[in-house]
Amino acid sequence: MLSSLNNYFAFNEAALKLRGTRQEVIASNIANADTPGYKARDFDFGQTLSNAMAAQRGASNEMGLARTDGRHLAGKPHSTLEVDLMYRNDVQPSIDGNTVDMNTEMRNFTDNAVRYQASLTFLQQRISGMRTALQSQ
Amino acid sequence: MSLFRVFDIAGSAMTAQSVRLNATASNLANAESATSSSGQPYRAKQVVFAATPLTASQPQAVGVQVATVSEDPSPARMVYDPKNPLADGNGYIAMPNVNVVEEMTNMISASRSYQTNADMMNTAKVLLQRTLQLGQA
Repeated sequence: MLSSLNNYFAFNEAALKLRGTRQEVIASNIANADTPGYKARDFDFGQTLSNAMAAQRGASNEMGLARTDGRHLAGKPHSTLEVDLMYRNDVQPSIDGNTVDMNTEMRNFTDNAVRYQASLTFLQQRISGMRTALQSQ
Repeated sequence: MSLFRVFDIAGSAMTAQSVRLNATASNLANAESATSSSGQPYRAKQVVFAATPLTASQPQAVGVQVATVSEDPSPARMVYDPKNPLADGNGYIAMPNVNVVEEMTNMISASRSYQTNADMMNTAKVLLQRTLQLGQA
């Protein structure tokens, strides 16, 4: 029962955690808007979430290299909620090498905050749905 | 909980920006200080930021810190004022190399960044409050 409850909430939980992480990454970008040489970073939310879900379903996400010898190293699978940080392309190059574009970052920050709240609402709905199912009538 | 780290990130940025604002205030206040305790004219101070990862295990959380407060190496502004007791043999007096226009734009930039980071903290606070209410009725 508990493990199926866990599965029931797993998707929303992973989504919420990743939204939190993304919020943090974008906050770092905005905080470093005046740091010389800082490169703005972000990750592909959809890709990371589907990786996390695949890992949760037990699907193998090891690197598909054939091991023909016992001494070959096995590929290390990603932990389920690990994010692959990438660099943003700069819109307007600046002299100090900083690639933070405030418009892009604020847009992403607000967008991510709203989506975080949406994820929360979905999770809330799932909880109240489950609660209704568990109650005696 | 990654949203709590948004507070650390925005907080470090706000500290750094207030150091920058401080330096600007000191530059503007001393724009006409022809002499100082060292006998030399005041030199403009510039704050240099550096990005620092908050924790080694979490590379996505990057805060800001003040790397150095450097003195502007540009030459002193020479003003012709032979009546001044500090004037040299040719009647010129060395004034601080503070560029008032530069300082004003610096000040606006610092205060805007400070505001953005305060906004960011506010958003994180709202999101966390909503997360804490999760599952309540």
